[in-house]
Amino acid sequence: MNRYRKVLAGLLAAAGLSLFVATAKADPPAGAPASLKIAVVAFLSGPASGPFGIPARNAADVWIEKINREGGIGGIKVIPVFTDEAGPADKVVTEFRRLALEEKVAAVVGYISSANCLAVAPVADELKELTVFGDCGTARVFEEGKHAYVFRTNAHTVIDSLGAARYLLAMKPDVKTIAGINQDYAWGRDSWEIFQRSMRQLKPGVQVVDVLWPKIFAGDYSTEISKLLVEKPDVVFTSFWGSDLVTFSRQAKARGLVEQSIVLVNNTGSDIKDIPATVLIGSRGPGPIAPPDVEKDPLHQEFIQLYKAKYGLAPNNYIAHGAYHFTQALQGLKVAYESAIKKAGRWPTTEEVAAALAYSTFDSPAGIIQMAIGNGHQAIEPAPFAVIKQDPAIGAHVFTEIRSFPAACVNPPDGMKSLDWIDRGFPGAKC
Amino acid sequence: MRLLLVVLLDGLAYAAWLFLVSAGLTFTYGVLRVLNLAHGNLYALGAYLGATLLLHYAASGSEVAATLGLLLLAAVIIGILAGPLIERVFLRRVYSRDEEVQLLLTFAISLILEDVTKLIWGVTPVVADMPYTSFGSVRLGGISYPWYPFLLVGVALGLAGFLWFVVTHTRLGKVLAAVIADREVSATLGIHVPRVYTFAFTAGAILAALGGALTAPMFSLVPGIGADVLVISFAVIAIGGLGSIGGAAVGSVVVGLARSAAVYFFPELDLFTIYLIMTLVLLFRPQGLFGEIEIRRI
Amino acid sequence: MGGSLRFIPFLLLGLALITAPFVLSGWVLFLLTVAGAKALAVLGVVLLLRAKLLTFGHALYYAAGAYAAGLGVKYLGLHNGFALIGLAFVAGLGVSALLGLLVIRYRGVYFALLNLAFSMVLYGILLKFYSVTGGTDGLAFPAPTFGLIGLSEASLRAQLYELTLFLGSLLFYLTYRFFASPAGYVLFAIRDNEVRVAYMGISVNAAVYLGYIIAGGLAGVAGVLVGLSVGHITPDLAFWSQSGEFVFVAILGGVGSVFAPVVGSILFEFVRNYAFELSPYTWQMTLGAALLLIIFFLPGGVWSLVGLARTRSGP
Repeated sequence: MNRYRKVLAGLLAAAGLSLFVATAKADPPAGAPASLKIAVVAFLSGPASGPFGIPARNAADVWIEKINREGGIGGIKVIPVFTDEAGPADKVVTEFRRLALEEKVAAVVGYISSANCLAVAPVADELKELTVFGDCGTARVFEEGKHAYVFRTNAHTVIDSLGAARYLLAMKPDVKTIAGINQDYAWGRDSWEIFQRSMRQLKPGVQVVDVLWPKIFAGDYSTEISKLLVEKPDVVFTSFWGSDLVTFSRQAKARGLVEQSIVLVNNTGSDIKDIPATVLIGSRGPGPIAPPDVEKDPLHQEFIQLYKAKYGLAPNNYIAHGAYHFTQALQGLKVAYESAIKKAGRWPTTEEVAAALAYSTFDSPAGIIQMAIGNGHQAIEPAPFAVIKQDPAIGAHVFTEIRSFPAACVNPPDGMKSLDWIDRGFPGAKC
Repeated sequence: MRLLLVVLLDGLAYAAWLFLVSAGLTFTYGVLRVLNLAHGNLYALGAYLGATLLLHYAASGSEVAATLGLLLLAAVIIGILAGPLIERVFLRRVYSRDEEVQLLLTFAISLILEDVTKLIWGVTPVVADMPYTSFGSVRLGGISYPWYPFLLVGVALGLAGFLWFVVTHTRLGKVLAAVIADREVSATLGIHVPRVYTFAFTAGAILAALGGALTAPMFSLVPGIGADVLVISFAVIAIGGLGSIGGAAVGSVVVGLARSAAVYFFPELDLFTIYLIMTLVLLFRPQGLFGEIEIRRI
Repeated sequence: MGGSLRFIPFLLLGLALITAPFVLSGWVLFLLTVAGAKALAVLGVVLLLRAKLLTFGHALYYAAGAYAAGLGVKYLGLHNGFALIGLAFVAGLGVSALLGLLVIRYRGVYFALLNLAFSMVLYGILLKFYSVTGGTDGLAFPAPTFGLIGLSEASLRAQLYELTLFLGSLLFYLTYRFFASPAGYVLFAIRDNEVRVAYMGISVNAAVYLGYIIAGGLAGVAGVLVGLSVGHITPDLAFWSQSGEFVFVAILGGVGSVFAPVVGSILFEFVRNYAFELSPYTWQMTLGAALLLIIFFLPGGVWSLVGLARTRSGP
């Protein structure tokens, strides 16, 4: 009952707000274009489309509709251009050039694959195209280079695995042995590196008993699971996602691995109905696993309702993190545009929008986002983690034991490389 | 000792799977001398249809026989639909042309089937793992194993025995052997060669789809699973000798055990085991382990 | 017809290609650069197809070239474009010379799939040695310098285009000369009857080996040129689908002429960029259907239409 009342209240609030904005709509600023074209790039095909790409695209769709209902950005209507991120790097870069040079979009939002973010960043600078990365994780983007026109409004991958380490020690302080099973590609390697280095700092005596590297999308993990069953580590850490996580979870459950060891997933993209109860889980940044302050954020509530109304949702309200991240990118763009308009007194240049976005702080469906590191181009976010539990009342999996580590606790300070920060014992971390 | 037992068990389970997915490829090549690059896609279609049938008609408590029956049905449906279509409409037109044209043709069909699968089943993972969990488990070497992979060992052995019997002890086997040995002479002896080809290709397609259907309860199905399987199956049958069923069986066991040992003792090598073995075998026995003896047989 | 007049169309085409950067939009120019570079790898596939050797792993040498240069940037601090191209060429030659020793003993399906398997091994290696290769995240390719010629940031795209045009033309010309040389004709003869070639006292394996190495070197150069243009390389360069694309473009263009791969490659890049956006789910199906049509109705590829037009309009 309570749930419905909340939803109704949220809907009414949203309707009231949009009415208010619509009536208060002022004349567009001088020099404004007739419309603002924004490209939204996400995986619409391939294995990453189900868990990340499609939800992200859908989220961008409902959020742009909402922005337009409320008068657009700076009074200008936003026109989205949705494209598919799938394909090798040369195709992705060619497509980015087409969006910038032929479609002449004002900004590009998106990119889920880290490889694509790394490939696109220098091109964005070359073409002076404002680009806000939507979901990709690698810390290399801003730690290895400066990009004047590139931003990332979600935290990078360090929060996934450092957060996992901190949560693990909070839930099981006496852990003695850990094992890792990660997909043999960049994200798997990064996740394990950050996790095991963090564990070494946070609990020096912990022993790594095994590190397994199955091929990505291998499909079958029975041999690996047998080995983990033989070794009996206290904790099995994994950075699996999508279909691999689903298969691994099911095989691990069927064979009693989840009863024998604590299974810790650093960043799920999969639906939690497919992941066994008792698994410890994170999901890059608040949103999917919402701590109380984010849960209360009206934008969070509104986003869930809009998404549910247009694309439907499971009863536990779970939306993949890619979806939240794309709304964060759009929200950051909107706030930056509007503050640049206010400052310039006319329609701003790309450089003015970029300056306004750097080191900004804005509200989003995943709570308050701070563009705090990477010269103000990289966001930091808190890292909420939870345990999956079967809730008999709604007959579905839900999150319990939610614990969120503050952004300053799981992100390096501005100007410091992540791995250095971890190896030096997290100087300046505020937990 | 206990560890060795576990390595052996995992290796055998993997070997059974390898044999089931590569039998179709080697059978088709054995009779038609065409390497079917759409093999992986037939595997994927079989897997998806098998999963769909399980999700619709098998309750989680359904019996072993009923489950296997459904999976076999899925394989037969795919094989009967795709096999004659591909062979009669397309392949038949290029038997007289160069081998690389035949390869290109099956490559084209594989591209088409890849998207057909995506259009029918979408891109979100399909999971139908009821048999994997509901057939119960057994404790061996101190750890829990589900029954299903061992059931596959039985199915693989049965299939190998069945194929051996058909080829060596039936009239059909003799006809196949005749056609493989000499098309023209067998035609003059009254064998309807085109019909034998259609039959053999369809049988190969059913085997490919069966490999997929039997895999469905173990893996979650996503686009692209077929491409991997094609490369793995080729490596297995190249090790054993192209066109040889016995070779495929031996290749499967060698690769299965080696890969299992790699996961236990050299986890970093997991990805390469199969290719390392293939390269070694081809360096010293270019025709594969069994290629020489059975190259003209299936 | 007057012999001297025959060069006029070529001259005009050359002029048009050289002056293209002043006329075309940045995106089209970029697409042409990438297509032209990839055409070199396709030319290698065509060269092997002339001897009836179909490879589903040619992306191996494409990636080897790109990664040799990428690692040169990362570890040797090389920024000179010519040095990088040289490195990639040597890598393409070297790796194909090594693997060629094993591969040239095979024909038909073995040849096709052995190449495929080796390319997947390279793909695995690129993923495995993450700290060296950057794994799937790949390696960055910063803007190159060209020694004597001063490069300004603004005209980088135009210069990369001209570089690809000139280097590509040179390599195409050399391959054309190779096709017309006795060694090149041996490959053609192998296509018709390998045994007869051997009876003539010519070493079939030596000819195939030579062709294989040339094809590897061409793909290596293609890899670095694409890397320089795109600015980033990933292991996808070695993936089977990239090899499949080369084969597709080779068949699309046809194997009858050295120009065919260029035509095929440009056609492919443009169609892909539009078709992929229209419907990502049926993109491969479109490719497959096109391939079937070519196999059954246009065995000589798109280039054979040129020949057809020429004979129709001829005397």
